[in-house]
Amino acid sequence: MQCDVCQQKDATVFLTQIVGGKMQKVNLCESCSKEKGVNDPTGFALTDLLPGLGEAQNLENSDKTLKCPVCGFTQGEFKKAGRLGCSACYDVFIEGLEALLKNVHKGSEHIGKSPKEFLETRQYTEKIKALQSHLNVAVKAEEFEKAADLRDQIRRIEMGSEV
Amino acid sequence: MKISRITARAGKWLSEDGPHRQIVVSSRVRLARNLRDKPFPGWAKKAERIEVLKSVREAVESLAIMDEPIAENLEALSPLEKQVLVERHLISREHAAKGVGSAVVMNGSQTLSFMINEEDHLRMQAISSGLQLEKGFTLLDAADTELEPMLDFAYHARLGYLTACPTNVGTGMRASAMLHLPALVMSDQMNKVINSVNKIGLAVRGLHGEGSEAMGNLFQVSNQTTLGETELDIIERLNKVILSVIEHEQNARAVLLERKAITLLDQIGRAYGVMSHAHSISSKEALNLLSVIKLGVDLGLFPEAHRLPVDALFIETQPAHLQKGAQAQKMTAEERDSLRAALIRAKLGDVPEPDIAKIAIRASNTPKNDE
Repeated sequence: MQCDVCQQKDATVFLTQIVGGKMQKVNLCESCSKEKGVNDPTGFALTDLLPGLGEAQNLENSDKTLKCPVCGFTQGEFKKAGRLGCSACYDVFIEGLEALLKNVHKGSEHIGKSPKEFLETRQYTEKIKALQSHLNVAVKAEEFEKAADLRDQIRRIEMGSEV
Repeated sequence: MKISRITARAGKWLSEDGPHRQIVVSSRVRLARNLRDKPFPGWAKKAERIEVLKSVREAVESLAIMDEPIAENLEALSPLEKQVLVERHLISREHAAKGVGSAVVMNGSQTLSFMINEEDHLRMQAISSGLQLEKGFTLLDAADTELEPMLDFAYHARLGYLTACPTNVGTGMRASAMLHLPALVMSDQMNKVINSVNKIGLAVRGLHGEGSEAMGNLFQVSNQTTLGETELDIIERLNKVILSVIEHEQNARAVLLERKAITLLDQIGRAYGVMSHAHSISSKEALNLLSVIKLGVDLGLFPEAHRLPVDALFIETQPAHLQKGAQAQKMTAEERDSLRAALIRAKLGDVPEPDIAKIAIRASNTPKNDE
């Protein structure tokens, strides 16, 4: 069995943890288990290691070749590493990520702190809502090109690159 | 040179008197932040990491909140210095494995540390004594707000702060408290506690790893989720759970005093005997015995004045802390065990024998209360 982290050496350390009724398993090789601090007095959490890994591997219908235009990271690499390449990856891989986030977190929308600059332009939510309803109309009318443009515009606003 | 100012003395939080300090050793809060459209450290090329490091380090060092900031690039630290910082929880194990392109910035009192290019571009952490998660968050919140105009943080309208790992997205906050729970362990209740805390979406981990055999009876409770709740909601949820765990620990102590006073006295007496006479002691044994002595201080069997030296020994007996105080180049495990025993004998040398009257009185009362 291969190590889940380096995907190279044979796994010799097998860990199981039950979190929220879900069983998580991770298999590590000797050197990765050392690096991750398994058996180390200063603390180790399977949860730090796992949700990313396990969930990413479960991404359904994911196109492995999907690539982030900003940093060149692919969805296939995300599945392997459980980590993303850059902030723009969230935009690119959003479809697969939504389900993963739902699984891992309490909710799917951030309601905590936001940057001050962002708060000041909070009318963006209104703008997104308006665009979203235009988008729905466009989809119904089967105006797919227009719908795609609207979808891209919404994503750009959500990513903060357009206000 | 500068880093020796840190390694030479303990963090300020250790000697402070936080709420519930007998059971809650420390509270730590961490916020993860990244720069927009810059590759995360795990994917960035060396030149990109260095560029991010430069801008983040400059911004962090300029923070008003940092009294005498001490900043060091990771490649400038020796393995021993890194390990000392890990043992103090000032940097993570993962961060210690980093070299060129990563850095750490700490304040002089070692209550704030900023890891640059760990898994995320910036991870800031506040440590405080006892149960003070809000205080930690308030400090970091202010630091974060001050950094905002200087650094273009990656923020998504719906997903919040974006992080390398999707499990941290949203608040990017991980809050944890280190709890000392000897009575729950002695009365075999710890697994029950871990299971019920896990069920409500919080993580419990031992200092040593997986639940059951935690060293020194130390356990960390932390949030697992970061999206869908505000920072203060997460902290409130943690506080509720931690307060209930504290109550369980206190009840377990009361029950032990009533029903198993002799066992308890025996354990404390033996720990005292071993610690004052041992000449070789492993890190694990030291932590477990220190835990019993700490319980003894809590129960009034040892004078309160010895609380701080005992608490400090939890950190001072860790391998890198021992090595840094030693003259020898690189000690073997045996040499370390012997030095550890000598250190403990020296530090606990003036602790008087346990004052068993404190327990005996209560023990003689128990039959009446019981029946």
